[in-house]
Amino acid sequence: MPNNRFHTIVTTVENKPGVLARVAGLFSRRGFNIESLAVAPTDDERFSRITFTVDVESAPLEQVVNQLDKLINVVSIRELDPRSSVSRELMLVTVSVSDGHRSRILAHVDDFRAYVLNENSSVMMLSLSARPTRLDDFEEVLRPYGIVELQRTGRVALPSLTDEA
Amino acid sequence: MFSADSTPIRSIIMTTHNPKPGESINGGEALVRALELEGVDVVFGLPGGATLPIYDPILESTMRHILVRHEQGAGHMAQGYAHATGRPGVALVTSGPGATNIVTPLCDAQIDSIPMVCITGQVPYAAIGTDAFQECDTTGITMAATKHNFLVSEAADIPRIVHEAFHIATTGRPGPVLIDVPKDIVDANNPRSAMQWYQAGDADMELPGYHPAGAGDREAIMAAAELIRQAERPVLYVGGGILKARAAESLLELAELTGIPVVTTLMARGAFPDSHELCLGMPGMHGNYTAVTAMQQADLLISLGARFDDRVTGRLDGFAPDAKVVHVDIDEAEIGKVRAVDVGVRGDCKLVIDALIECLAELGGPDAQADRSAWRSKVSGWQEKYPLFYEQSRPGDLLKPQYVVEQLCDLNPADTIVASGVGQHQMYASNFWKFDHPYTWINSGGLGTMGFSIPAAIGAKVGMPDRRVWAIDGDGCFQMTAQELVTASVEQIPIKVALLNNGYLGMVRQWQDLFYEKRFSGVELGPDVPNYVKWAEAMGCVGIRVDSPEEVAPAIAKANEIDDRPVVVEFRTDPEENVFPMVPSGHTNSDVVVHPAQRGE
Ligand SMILES: Cc1ncc(C[n+]2csc(CCOP(=O)(O)OP(=O)(O)O)c2C)c(N)n1
Ligand SMILES: [Mg+2]
Repeated sequence: MPNNRFHTIVTTVENKPGVLARVAGLFSRRGFNIESLAVAPTDDERFSRITFTVDVESAPLEQVVNQLDKLINVVSIRELDPRSSVSRELMLVTVSVSDGHRSRILAHVDDFRAYVLNENSSVMMLSLSARPTRLDDFEEVLRPYGIVELQRTGRVALPSLTDEA
Repeated sequence: MFSADSTPIRSIIMTTHNPKPGESINGGEALVRALELEGVDVVFGLPGGATLPIYDPILESTMRHILVRHEQGAGHMAQGYAHATGRPGVALVTSGPGATNIVTPLCDAQIDSIPMVCITGQVPYAAIGTDAFQECDTTGITMAATKHNFLVSEAADIPRIVHEAFHIATTGRPGPVLIDVPKDIVDANNPRSAMQWYQAGDADMELPGYHPAGAGDREAIMAAAELIRQAERPVLYVGGGILKARAAESLLELAELTGIPVVTTLMARGAFPDSHELCLGMPGMHGNYTAVTAMQQADLLISLGARFDDRVTGRLDGFAPDAKVVHVDIDEAEIGKVRAVDVGVRGDCKLVIDALIECLAELGGPDAQADRSAWRSKVSGWQEKYPLFYEQSRPGDLLKPQYVVEQLCDLNPADTIVASGVGQHQMYASNFWKFDHPYTWINSGGLGTMGFSIPAAIGAKVGMPDRRVWAIDGDGCFQMTAQELVTASVEQIPIKVALLNNGYLGMVRQWQDLFYEKRFSGVELGPDVPNYVKWAEAMGCVGIRVDSPEEVAPAIAKANEIDDRPVVVEFRTDPEENVFPMVPSGHTNSDVVVHPAQRGE
């Protein structure tokens, strides 16, 4: 179940030095909590995309959007309601296989449609790209085997497709 | 790297001031020329290593440079200039400490929405990030203290960025914009400063994310008009945005059309004439009883360019409990930020008020308005019962500051510009001066910056040389920026300063008096050191000291006669005097406390 407390805001910003600092500074000085953050260039080199997930219980969404809009380098803002958008996040995780659990871990990999990226005799590196809650589940499943290192990217999102009438 | 005898990149603009498009010039010349083309007639500044190359072409410029004694002074002068003229003020300071010294005025301009452009020198571009001499992260430090800031990397960007900076500073919700200029790109001796001149216009701007608001949504305005039409106990709650939008005339028309009383916040004093029968004066923590109470009991607040500041609302959960809210603001983020609204209109106050007037006419004009006679008589009842009040001093006692302000107001023309510091004297000035003209009151409202008044008064006088300008200052404030009176003397900017010397950081003392059982801590300045008259004289001003009520008017008259240098009139005022009314902090505005003598205790 998507959590309605968290809304995703997708912004297009000018690809200039310091823009991320402006956005991050705004969040911290206005007391907005960022739950997740992803930054990457777009297909147009003049712009980057910053995708945040904000806790709308920490600040009204409208205020967050309006304050962001005042930043000169923020070009456009799109709010995505969790109920009508698709979000994905990527996880890389290395998990211990030393106790002879390799085959059980591979079964989980199959189950979650994750990938094995790399392995040696003691650890295995996996990747999973999925809904953030599914990443949480995967992490839970792996934890008993011994997670050595884990990294998540922060989520990106797009609106769900509807039938074009 | 560059030998001392290399030929500087210098063009014929040094004598003609008028480079042709495509002509080779250097970034320093381009910066000066770009400022001239924005209509800048005066720059307040102080040079340093990083700005040497900019100061050189300034010698040939049509712009007047006013050399300040501290960069904070340059910033507040630019603010005072902008307040008084409506045109952006410009400050020019060096890197490092020059930049950090101007952070306070930037922050002040940001919170009070004052258009200004600040140019800071920076170490050469390649040296940024190396902890070079007088390097500081100016754009980083001022990110939250400006509407926007730029770090210029190429000389060729200078004309465009200057144009963008003025555009951002003056449109939408105005504010300070800073341009950080590395030394190499303006240095005639450095090849990185070479560029081809072009005059930047709107088409050159690269601001894809900047869309200042315009006229406001007609449907929302009609909905607001309908709420206004029906309201029986409405109040026009007017903030500084009215002045920024140059909407004072439209406001007058709206008030008279509807017969709705007007409160003018600390930032909006003068936006509606105090002498008008609908004017209730200043609301808020030190507002008068009627303004505070009318808002409190209103059934509709029509907020025009105001932002429900905590000093206006008092405790929020008890503020204007029965009022619906119409909120007009050019900044969408203000609408609903503090108080939920019934109708919000994002737009320029003048355009929205004009549209409101049209909508009200469509709804039947004055005859269709709800009956407000009961409301008006209630309001005038409060005015009669609880006017602004103080007790005149007894013979031989120290002066009452309110009396000094009243006398100043009476003995000066109505269009006199008043610039205030921050403290008790500010509240006396705001309440006891009668403002009948917009742009005659200049103060630091949002940030509350002590030391604001003297430099702000200087900036105002530079912008409005034909107007009389009085600074009303406290002794604490005076000691923070008095050195700018040297600037005023040397530059022949004949401002007048009324120094209300109570020997204390009076406003803080008042809080200790009322809420800390008179345990006075860290507030005593003493009235005698420094000797203000001698200090004024040392700075090239005339100094006058006033102790008794009979001396007040003659001293003001004498000060008004002097027009060739600044004057400081020191009034010895009563340290025991406190500002009333007052809403104790943490209380709702229903708990407004009037002057002790009005309480019938
Ligand atoms: C830069 C700065 N420091 C401290 C304060 C806190 N403060 C507000 S009013 C005030 C006293 C001002 O004293 P003075 O200028 O003598 O004015 P008075 O209240 O006595 O009229 C102080 C210290 C402030 N507003 N600004
Ligand atoms: Mg004082």
